[in-house]
Amino acid sequence: MSLLNTLPDYVLTTKTDELLNWMRKSSLWYMLFGLACCAIELMHTGGPRADIERFGATPRASARQSDLMIVAGTLTLKMALRTRLLYDQMPDPKYVISMGSCASCGGLFQLAYSVCDGVDKILPVDVYVPGCPPRPEALTEGLLKLQEKIMSERWLTHQNGSREQVTVA
Amino acid sequence: MEALAIYQRLKDQFGDQILEIVDRKTDPYCVIAPDAVVEVARFMRDDPEIAMDCLSNQSGVDYKDRMEVVYHLFSYAKRHGAVLKVKLPRENPAVETVEKLWSSANWMEREIFDLIGVNFTGHSDLRRILLPEDWVGHPLRKDFVEPLEYHGISTVRESPIIRLESKRK
Repeated sequence: MSLLNTLPDYVLTTKTDELLNWMRKSSLWYMLFGLACCAIELMHTGGPRADIERFGATPRASARQSDLMIVAGTLTLKMALRTRLLYDQMPDPKYVISMGSCASCGGLFQLAYSVCDGVDKILPVDVYVPGCPPRPEALTEGLLKLQEKIMSERWLTHQNGSREQVTVA
Repeated sequence: MEALAIYQRLKDQFGDQILEIVDRKTDPYCVIAPDAVVEVARFMRDDPEIAMDCLSNQSGVDYKDRMEVVYHLFSYAKRHGAVLKVKLPRENPAVETVEKLWSSANWMEREIFDLIGVNFTGHSDLRRILLPEDWVGHPLRKDFVEPLEYHGISTVRESPIIRLESKRK
């Protein structure tokens, strides 16, 4: 039997997980956090032309209010410790986009003594956006990919939102 | 005033303290005895003919058998410049600070101390300026050996050139 035309207008039917995911993906607040020249493109992405805010992503100045960390730029070893601290301060569920060559693998500077070659050495990364630096369109694409990933998560029934079954002791 | 004329004037004034005058097409320089740095620098700043009111750059060089500190001076009043060099022993290189003559030397001397390990005696605040405070060693020294990790972050890096060459084979 179809529910079509049987329910009043104010009743929505959906899966709880999907509703939660849809709400979360539509308000991905990212931390204002630029490490190098990629930060300029990050600013463009938040600006009026690329306007990442139409997807619900808005910059926050505090790690404690953020869902998403966009690591934009060369990660030095000195900054790596601070980055990990900021990541620890973010509330769950949290996501990381590695923006640009430097954040992904160290880029041009990967052999330098002071550079951590890749943010994935210290944090779990969800989406890698290549480019040096990536254009705002590329970062927007990265955000859309992350939204796709969020939509596939199952937080109510699965541990850590993954598809693996929760083992109950 | 031509740079060589300035060096000649220094030679007349300080005699043996001026060890060498090197005439080159670009940036002729003169080498001074390490003990006379402040004396010569003060003369160059205060003499009305030379009037070096700006220390535009100060840097350190490791030549494997010796250390050098290089001073690039400029006079806004007279529109001329000069280069001074000091040769130091590689073991415990130390030279007196010129911070009291040009305050711009403060950070530049800290940077030289940070990266090369030259001690500036009399400096008001000789701490590392770029690298984290718990860093071991001075990375721009030719004999610097990189530690294997920094706070649990591995610094072992696969060289992209070696990776590329192994792919070609």
